[in-house]
Amino acid sequence: MNASKAGELIVGIVLTVCGIALFVTATKVALAAGWVLFFFGVLLIIFYLGAKTRGKVQTGMARLVFLGPAIILLVVGLVVPAILTTWGSFLDANGKKFVGLANYSWTFTTPDNWVFLRNTALWIIITPIFSTALGFFLALLMDRMRRESLPKSLIFMPMAISFVGASIIWTLVYEYRDPSVDANQVGLLSALVMKLGWANPPNWLLWEPWNNFLLMIIMIWIQTGFALVVLSAAIKAIPMDVTEAAMLDGATGWKLLTKVTVPMIRGTLVVVLTTIAIGVLKVFDIVYTMTNGNFGTQVLANEMYAQSFVQFDKGRGSALAVVLFLAVTPLIVYNVTQLRKEQQIR
Amino acid sequence: MTEMGGLSGQFEEAVIKNAAPDSREGMSSAMRRNLSSPWASAFVIIVTILWTVPTFGLLVTSLRPSDVASDTGWWTAFVPPFNFTLDNYSQVISGGTTIPQGIAPYFVNSFVISIPAAIVPLVIALMAAYGLAWVKFKWSNGIFLLIFALQIVPIQMALLPLLTLFNKGWGPIPPVKQVFQSIPVIGNDLWPQGGVSFVPLWIAHTMFALPLAIFLLHNFIAMLPKDLFEAARVDGASHFLIFRTIVLPLSVPAIASFAIFQFLWVWNDLLVGLTFAGGTVDVAPITVYLANIKGTYGAQLHLVTAGAFIAIIVPLIVFFSLQRFFVRGLLAGSVKG
Repeated sequence: MNASKAGELIVGIVLTVCGIALFVTATKVALAAGWVLFFFGVLLIIFYLGAKTRGKVQTGMARLVFLGPAIILLVVGLVVPAILTTWGSFLDANGKKFVGLANYSWTFTTPDNWVFLRNTALWIIITPIFSTALGFFLALLMDRMRRESLPKSLIFMPMAISFVGASIIWTLVYEYRDPSVDANQVGLLSALVMKLGWANPPNWLLWEPWNNFLLMIIMIWIQTGFALVVLSAAIKAIPMDVTEAAMLDGATGWKLLTKVTVPMIRGTLVVVLTTIAIGVLKVFDIVYTMTNGNFGTQVLANEMYAQSFVQFDKGRGSALAVVLFLAVTPLIVYNVTQLRKEQQIR
Repeated sequence: MTEMGGLSGQFEEAVIKNAAPDSREGMSSAMRRNLSSPWASAFVIIVTILWTVPTFGLLVTSLRPSDVASDTGWWTAFVPPFNFTLDNYSQVISGGTTIPQGIAPYFVNSFVISIPAAIVPLVIALMAAYGLAWVKFKWSNGIFLLIFALQIVPIQMALLPLLTLFNKGWGPIPPVKQVFQSIPVIGNDLWPQGGVSFVPLWIAHTMFALPLAIFLLHNFIAMLPKDLFEAARVDGASHFLIFRTIVLPLSVPAIASFAIFQFLWVWNDLLVGLTFAGGTVDVAPITVYLANIKGTYGAQLHLVTAGAFIAIIVPLIVFFSLQRFFVRGLLAGSVKG
């Protein structure tokens, strides 16, 4: 026991020294490895010292070592910033003068801002409903298929791709060439609709207000797989005897769906809807990379980024962050209560 | 099913069922065949194709020479003369005449950011989860609930104050930058004077990862059998020994799921990268590079697509090789951010 403890200390010291040595070599990879080794080294030394203590002292030490880092990081990284941002939303652009609710009244009463407020509302309604509905429909169909793994994987795959990557993928779809100048279309969508007889399609991303829906399609492309996988699991979890009993009673097709399947998985449907809605509210990457909020496509999260880091108006940026927070909170609370309920039923 | 608790409980199920799609009991295969129709299969196949084609188009475009890529649709690549090249990749990796700055250093940066930003919060969260679940005291449950509640704070709310803390400090608290720079010997390597550093990215990602990580790991660790810990305590094992020899090995499935989720989350992140890396080639992640070249060289589709493919290939490899853990972790963490 003692030998192994001493070994722990030695390993800890060696890791720490290696970490420091790696820092000094100053290549990037060494820096990352050094950071990790240093972290583990210090941890091992603390663990060694902690294990030497006994009784009450050890329990106190354990609490300190186990909870201390997390609590400090959370207080410094989230709690205090949340308070400072809320306070900052009542200050002017430089964070110096108190301006009361001016930033909030700017947010909601400036006609220019109605565009991003309207768009955010559209995003949060359309994207979750469409993704969930399509995911649910696919889950129902796949439930009856023999080989569902491959299509499921492929539809789920976009979830692994970054929003920036997804935006570039969809740039290729929405790429536009003026048909009167250039006979060849590079974008898939233009080529497709022209084949179908629409001789003069618009420049998709500049096509207000429909360009908003084209951007939403990217998010739907990403989120449908999520809805599909979760709802598919929920459908499979419906006890067989329930379905069989309903079928013996003569329920088929539509009736089976609306009277048995949907009520049985209602909780999961709500969780999927709210989860996607939360993601939609916070996502800014798609709009940032596709249009940067131009052509009437601005949304709340990107406006927040623009105000904070492009206009350098801290007050407005903070106010928008608070609005985002207030919009997300009820969704998350609702989401969590639904989950709790689901678990109690199970 | 309760392995990670909460939403992930269902996901556990999702993964298991996903792995064995035909494991459904009770329903005779005859009944199943009655229910399936060619229309259903056709619809599923059409959607699958629709969902895959855009990504496929990216890959094809990235393999076409610049003149044909900017002039014709990628689908025309499949009629003779077949005209493919790897030139775009060599140009975008090391930089060329069109885009002087290559993607290679950003690719390295993304690993340098993501790996520590996945490991460190994981260990800190695992420790906190053990502390809250098994070194109980009066406020344990209260603290756990508070940490759980912190998930409602969007990253957007923390960006401006954290940036201030790193560069200017909060009132009497000195800037984090200055603290790191004043460390003897290694200070200048960690955070060069007047330069940029990975440290703020590592710290910020660690902070933002904790609420979800602690929540998920706590749910897992709290489910471990009580006798295990009691027996070890009776034998005189310290909490530190228990953590290393019991908690750590038993938590491997939960650790793997969260590590993969967190790695990919950081790899795919743009917001934190834009805010804390300052867009420089020294520390900025690959997503920032992509957003930049998309903005500046958007017309050079053949190059932008090659860059994008390099960026998404890492998550895709993780996705197809570790699908089990991937689905579990990704779904469990889907409310993060």
